[in-house]
Amino acid sequence: MLGFKLAYRNLIGAGLRTWLNVIVLSFSFVVIIWHKGLLEGWNQQARKDMIAWQIGGGVYWHENYDPYDPFTLQDSHGKITSQIQNEIAQDKLTPILIEQAIIYPDGRMQSVLMKGIDPRQTILELPSTRLYSDIEEVPVMIGSRMAKNNRLEVGDFVTVRWRDANGVFDAAEAKIVKIFKSNVPAIDNGQIWIPIERLWTMTKLNNEATILIVNRDYVKANTFNGWNFKDHDFLLAEMDQIIHQKSVGGSILYVILLFLAMLAIFDTQVLSIFRRQKEIGTHLALGMTRGQVIKLFTIEGAMHSVLAAIVAAIYGIPLLSIQAIRGFSIPIATDDYGLASAERIFPNYSAALVIGTILIVLITATIVSYLPTRKIAKMKPTEALKGKIQ
Amino acid sequence: MENSHIVILEKLVKRFPMGVRKFTALDGIDLSFGKGEFAGFVGPSGSGKTTLLNIIGSLDTPSEGKAVVLGHSISALTHKDAANLRNKHLGFIFQTYNLFPVYTVYENVEFPLLLLKIPADERKKMVLEAIEWVGLIDKIKSKPAQLSGGESQRVAIARAMVKKPEIVLADEPTANLDAQNSHHILQTMENLNKDLKTTFLFATHDEKVIKYLKRKITLFDGKVAKDKLKEQ
Repeated sequence: MLGFKLAYRNLIGAGLRTWLNVIVLSFSFVVIIWHKGLLEGWNQQARKDMIAWQIGGGVYWHENYDPYDPFTLQDSHGKITSQIQNEIAQDKLTPILIEQAIIYPDGRMQSVLMKGIDPRQTILELPSTRLYSDIEEVPVMIGSRMAKNNRLEVGDFVTVRWRDANGVFDAAEAKIVKIFKSNVPAIDNGQIWIPIERLWTMTKLNNEATILIVNRDYVKANTFNGWNFKDHDFLLAEMDQIIHQKSVGGSILYVILLFLAMLAIFDTQVLSIFRRQKEIGTHLALGMTRGQVIKLFTIEGAMHSVLAAIVAAIYGIPLLSIQAIRGFSIPIATDDYGLASAERIFPNYSAALVIGTILIVLITATIVSYLPTRKIAKMKPTEALKGKIQ
Repeated sequence: MENSHIVILEKLVKRFPMGVRKFTALDGIDLSFGKGEFAGFVGPSGSGKTTLLNIIGSLDTPSEGKAVVLGHSISALTHKDAANLRNKHLGFIFQTYNLFPVYTVYENVEFPLLLLKIPADERKKMVLEAIEWVGLIDKIKSKPAQLSGGESQRVAIARAMVKKPEIVLADEPTANLDAQNSHHILQTMENLNKDLKTTFLFATHDEKVIKYLKRKITLFDGKVAKDKLKEQ
């Protein structure tokens, strides 16, 4: 307790020197918490959006389906059995049939994935009800990225060409009936969505599907012959990995910040021990043991981080709270990361994040503060009293 | 006889390494001091005054011989025991005051009591009493930078005296002070010596201090050249 009392007196008494270190260190606190919170918020938002728009409570893949190999699409579809149909009727599953196609927007040729979805489905956030249409053309729904890349707007007509189950090419005129906006690029870029029944007719793959999306509220997944269930852990693994990589990249930033702050503390400590030799000698003369003096100087250095946490809280809590409420604007180009990203990310600052950061900084500051103080153990009190460099 | 002495030095030798050779700072010192003495080591620079004071203060150890302070053999003390001895029984006054620059007068004087873990109420009483002894009650919140040399040394005296130690060791306490301040300081110490029966040991070559000493031990080349009591 005495060590803390004296260290506090010394720090406060040192004035500007202390506050400069404290302010630099407080920046580290705020930036680390902000950056980690932002990534955590992004992670949570991306997961939420992927679940809402793309994968629901999990996905049954047809046994031949491989999303990374478009050539397998021709064979990766299976009959919707009565058992599956029963689940669909209860709104526990919704089927999606995926076929390759080519569209000709504005005279250009564009390969796309043509996805058939039940317009009545409510499992995914996709506004599929907009595909109800009595028009002669194929009603098509596309994402905003697809629309932008192909300069398509609602009401535009576009020719679609595909191969049916017999390998025969066919083509039809399609009409853009809806452009949806989603944070999930994986359901948007290079894809067109049409009613599944229309796709069954077009491809002669009646009552077939490539994947079956499971309702989020439907916990238990049944086993269907010829279909493999993929859970969230599997489907979100890639995104987790991207977030992890971004987190590692971001860590470099705060390691640099932390390093600078620690350098300031280390420098202060080395300078203190160099300049305050007479004071160290006086401490010893007045009855402190070398261990007590080392402890005092170490606490003094480490207390920078305690003061920094307080200072960081004073300006950091309002700043970070405002950002947590208002969100952080992400540039459109962030879509290029291939990661579901909203226009605004709402950082998530958990207690574990804040406490963890404080502990990391406190432990690092204590170690950095301790290292130079070991010199004190070798000091002769008589030399220290004269302020002689030892 | 030996029991009444609080400091006993026998055949005390102190050598310092100087390159490959050794410099003998103290060479066979035999001295003893009783409670309440107001004595001083005088002599030219390099005569061994400060070295002797440092050994009595357990800040240094003898190379040979015996130094017993308040029953503790200095050579046998561990770092911790030596710190304990200084903490409980010894007070130091330095030529350059050695006040903690970031502490106020009150905090500087309070410091030794914090180490002794004296309860807050009692501590406050003792600090105020010590500051009153040296007449600086109006400067209680001042920091050392705001004090004159004389005032700083009076704070150092209060700090040395606040725990009422058995022995106060003062190394050139008036070297940085003018005549008026020196006399004021010495009178303060003389009064404390009378009132509290504290033993004061000085290392000095200042005539102003020497006039006040009741026992003057002249050192020359690390040896006791003269040990003279002041005539009453």
